Amino acid sequence: MKSFLLYLRSSNNMSNISELTLTKIVAGIKKREFTSEEATNSFITKSKKSKKLNTYITECFEQALKSAKNFDEKKDFNGLLSGVPLAVKDLFCTKNVKTTAGSKILHNFIPTYESTVTKNLWSQGAFLLGKLNCDEFAMGSSNETSFFGNVKNPYGEKLVPGGSSGGSASALAAGLTPATIGTDTGGSIRQPASFTGTVGLKPTYGRCSRWGIVAFASSLDQAGPMTNNVEDSALLLQAMSGYDPKDSTSVNKKVDNYLSNLTENIKGLKIGIPKEYRVDKMPSEIDDLWKKGIEYLKDGGAIIKNISLEHTMYALPAYYIVAPAEASSNLARYDGVKYGHRAKGKNLIEMYENTRSEGFGNEVKRRILIGTYVLSSGYYDAYYLKAQKVRQLIKNDFDKAFNDVDAILTPSTPSSAFKIGDKSDDPVSMYLNDIFTVPVNLSGLPAISVPAGYDKNNLPLGLQLIGKPFDEQTILNISLAIEKRANFKKNYKVWWS
Amino acid sequence: MTNKKFDYFISGEKSKWEIIIGLEVHAQISSQSKLFSSSSTKFGSEPNTQVSLVDSGFPGMLPVINQFCVEQSIKTGLGLKAKINLNSVFDRKNYFYADLPQGYQISQYKNPIVGEGELILDMPYGTKKIRIERLHLEQDAGKSIHDMDPENSFVDLNRSGVALMEIVSKPDLRSPEEVSFYIKKLRSIMRYLGTCDGNMQEGSLRADVNVSVRKVGDKKFGTRCEIKNVNSIKFMEMAIEYEANRQVQLLESGKIIDQETRLFDTKKNSTRSMRSKEDAHDYRYFPDPDLLPLNLEKSLIDKLKKELPELPDQKKERFIKEHNLSSYEANILVSEKEISDYYEEVIKDCDKKLATNWITVELFAVLNKKNLTINQSPVSAKNLSSLIKMITSGKISGKIAKDVFEKMQSGDNDPTQIVEKEGLLQQSDPKELEKIIVTVISKNQDKVEQYKSGKEKLFGYFVGEIMKVSKGKANPKLVNEILKKKLH
Repeated sequence: MKSFLLYLRSSNNMSNISELTLTKIVAGIKKREFTSEEATNSFITKSKKSKKLNTYITECFEQALKSAKNFDEKKDFNGLLSGVPLAVKDLFCTKNVKTTAGSKILHNFIPTYESTVTKNLWSQGAFLLGKLNCDEFAMGSSNETSFFGNVKNPYGEKLVPGGSSGGSASALAAGLTPATIGTDTGGSIRQPASFTGTVGLKPTYGRCSRWGIVAFASSLDQAGPMTNNVEDSALLLQAMSGYDPKDSTSVNKKVDNYLSNLTENIKGLKIGIPKEYRVDKMPSEIDDLWKKGIEYLKDGGAIIKNISLEHTMYALPAYYIVAPAEASSNLARYDGVKYGHRAKGKNLIEMYENTRSEGFGNEVKRRILIGTYVLSSGYYDAYYLKAQKVRQLIKNDFDKAFNDVDAILTPSTPSSAFKIGDKSDDPVSMYLNDIFTVPVNLSGLPAISVPAGYDKNNLPLGLQLIGKPFDEQTILNISLAIEKRANFKKNYKVWWS
Repeated sequence: MTNKKFDYFISGEKSKWEIIIGLEVHAQISSQSKLFSSSSTKFGSEPNTQVSLVDSGFPGMLPVINQFCVEQSIKTGLGLKAKINLNSVFDRKNYFYADLPQGYQISQYKNPIVGEGELILDMPYGTKKIRIERLHLEQDAGKSIHDMDPENSFVDLNRSGVALMEIVSKPDLRSPEEVSFYIKKLRSIMRYLGTCDGNMQEGSLRADVNVSVRKVGDKKFGTRCEIKNVNSIKFMEMAIEYEANRQVQLLESGKIIDQETRLFDTKKNSTRSMRSKEDAHDYRYFPDPDLLPLNLEKSLIDKLKKELPELPDQKKERFIKEHNLSSYEANILVSEKEISDYYEEVIKDCDKKLATNWITVELFAVLNKKNLTINQSPVSAKNLSSLIKMITSGKISGKIAKDVFEKMQSGDNDPTQIVEKEGLLQQSDPKELEKIIVTVISKNQDKVEQYKSGKEKLFGYFVGEIMKVSKGKANPKLVNEILKKKLH
């Protein structure tokens, strides 16, 4: 009998572990089907073979193996993520592990502290596998602005993975980490999830602590789970969420048991379809996907309602004032005085100028300039203040809509993954990619992107569900109902290893 | 004291000028920890030993408001009879400097926690009300040190993030003396409240001084200059005087005043331009998205109001009414909380009028001479009180009391013990006194004759002689009575 068990274990092809979902890996380790070390090795092996994707900025493989072995000795199964290795976006500060935010200015920065969100994951039994590539300071929609080079999409060598959590999305889709976490300021979790056929959830603003996350735009930033399926999303959200007294904007509200409450039963739920999201020049396949989504929901017994979010068209311009304004101030601390890159200069001002000129990339500089401009005396009222008023109107639209519906269904993005270099010289066309995601950040609402189909080139497309504040459960449930019906499968060919 | 008139004007060559002054006082809140972090605020520690990740602007660090500092600022607002705003907002004031780790200072711009209030000054020419425009909370920056190395500057972040109250007055002050009174009164109120220790040497109280001049009789204000960061009352007075005269000279020679920020050079006793209005920073204020608006419960304000201690103005009124003190005496006694505490301790069981005299005359003379504060007084309130009791009960004379007081100063000695040990008890036995008086008279028969023939001034001579013989212990009242009888 003993030899039979051994046979079973060794026959379990380790690279197959990396094909499993997070929930299955947690269960597998718990049921002793494989060890944490075996699971970790499986992801490390695959990661090592996948350098072409350029997903990692920092690999922590040795440390991860140590943690895995340590876990296997102690076998403490009390956590939600016991024995699981996780790679995370390089925007989360990790104690004693380099944290770059994808920027030259932090290329040598090693925090002495751990972000609350990653700390939550580690206290649930997970450990760090590595730090994943992202757009510089999370500013970008293609992962092309990273100082550490662009990330490639498993769905095509020439395709962007989306951004800013592009490294996370790509690593997840390629099976280099069982799940991951990203941050979403204007769509940085949902858009790359949509581009890579994965599930990305941006929680309600205040659900997850921002403490220890390199800030982009404080009133919009929110960390969230990126996973292979909806079930994993529920599990990871549960593990990472929670009130943090160190973040004044985090909300003291009980974290639900998203996983055990998860159900595909959506009968009677009212789902809003906002007419303003049918934008000009939107590819018909996006519209078709949206219709298909509506059919899935009707099939599940949900009630479809047409709604209006009338200020939607002002969301993008408002976002591109508020976010750069906050960023221009948040990034002032990178001045070469205390940590990170420092250039030489004859005096303090020259040192600042050289440090920031060398340390920041073009997109970051562009946004600092925009942000500085819109906050300048004489322009503040016309830009920043007006944008904040628009923001309130957009939020009011949602509040009103949620009097009638339980959730809102939209496409996640106006297109599938685009080619590397396609939009990098045209910031406005790049910004337009966030058109469906930014209103959600401006309103602080939870939203999820769930893969629901493919375009004509067989590239994944996602649908977005927007929920009421702190009602992540409902959008998870609806996503599950879509997932079951869409029956989305990874259909890329491995070209990178 | 109100017979004096305000007369501080600058006489130029052509006209008589009036100075208009407004103050922005930066008062460090007395608190254990900083405004947005738990670092200690202790003064004088080794550089960069009281710095958290928040104070030094590390990536991903977030501010969390210190509720105690909020309450301290509310108390101060209440002490200034000001309106407390239930809703206020923290803003970011953006500028680059090496000792400003975040690249911005968290302050309050459009919506401060405290609105309009007032401060009453007791000037020699009567009371004067100075209007307070606002009080807001903000964090301090660190300190740049430029003189330790020929090539490098050093930065000490111990102060970075320390809580300050910026208290802005309306332009109601008219002379350096009024500024001095204003600062002293403000400091006194905050010390009564325990919200700021007012220690100017340690930088707990600094001020930016706005100065302009106008011809006496003019209604319109002139262009003002702001003198930055003056950290002593004496320097404030000197800076204002210099600056006002500079402005008068410019105006009288037909020039105009540039609105600018100036620095006071304490060595040259002059102000010099720091930056012009054109070079002024654009601070790009906007609400700090890391902090929620500060919403206060009215119940908190009510609670703090109830807990307010008696403040100098109220105390003064009470002293005048209940202790029958003059306004002048009361002013001195309430000017500092420690003095009034001392006074109230002394008068627990002794004569109030006598206590007032002893404190304001004898004790203050000693403190001034030795450059001590009342807390460092060599004579404790308890012992001063016993001394005064011995005077009123006739155990010692006022003159002896002064000798005893002198002896009390070396190590706060108990006056009753001194009197006992040195046999200084007043001689009040009429028989004993009579003996002395008879001896003195018999030794001075010639003077007795002169006295009897009309030279009544000699009475004092006899008293003096009797005192000499009794070594000052003779009860002067009894001596007078007995001597009169004997000389008849």
